[in-house]
Amino acid sequence: MNIAWASFTPAAALAGGLLIGVAASWLVLFNGRIAGISGMLGGLLDRASDWSWRLAFVLGLLLAPLLWSGLIGPLPAMQLDAPLPRLLLAGVLVGLGTRLASGCTSGHGVCGLSRLSPRSLLATLTFMASAMLTVLVVRHWLNGG
Amino acid sequence: MSKLLSAALAGLLFGLGLLLSGMSNPAKVLGFLDVTGQWDPSLMLVMGGAIAIGFFAFRRAERQTHSLLGEPMQLPDKSRLTPRLVVGSALFGIGWGLAGICPGPGLVLVGMGQAGGVYFVVAMLLGMWCARPLIKWLS
Repeated sequence: MNIAWASFTPAAALAGGLLIGVAASWLVLFNGRIAGISGMLGGLLDRASDWSWRLAFVLGLLLAPLLWSGLIGPLPAMQLDAPLPRLLLAGVLVGLGTRLASGCTSGHGVCGLSRLSPRSLLATLTFMASAMLTVLVVRHWLNGG
Repeated sequence: MSKLLSAALAGLLFGLGLLLSGMSNPAKVLGFLDVTGQWDPSLMLVMGGAIAIGFFAFRRAERQTHSLLGEPMQLPDKSRLTPRLVVGSALFGIGWGLAGICPGPGLVLVGMGQAGGVYFVVAMLLGMWCARPLIKWLS
């Protein structure tokens, strides 16, 4: 295994992770809800009766970059290389898969693992393995970036 | 009103955390998923940091019937291991590995005004919409 030390950013990753943990803790302690992004979006699409808090959280998420550039400065570097057809296929699979699995990286990966949920552990191991396998196939077998 | 402000604040903090951590940079996420190439382990620390805080909050939340704002505590089932969970997670992983974007960072990319983020999120909402009849049929 080769570690890319040049792109390793432990301090920012840990600080960002702690902030995500604070946000998820805040939502469960004050609102009694799981900070699962796919579940919130799914509830909005299903016009769930409790849509208002979901929309409020999603709006907060959408406004975060604006707050960052207003308070902190230029937004962190971002690079999105996937060509449009791959991006669209990726989106459809993420939407379909997270609804079937009732959760994504936030709901299962952060909240579920924090609760020591066997269900979330199985989900997280599965999507991590399948994502790593996908990158292996696309990047190294098909040489597709 | 206070519950909406509280949820919006949580969303804002969550988004700032995604930006700071590097999760909202698809190239960085793909670098983490590329375990057989030049592996960037940073995102292990994102999940580790988040769980280190969340562990204590959820341990407390599990013992409560109501939240601090008086809302009923709604925590999903932890134990049912179903084929639907595995198949769904596997499909999600393929999508995540194709572009390096999961739902939260997708929304943050939209907030950054990235056209690619908008395409991704529109396709994701379509995928979620397609899941509805499938879930109904399975249950």
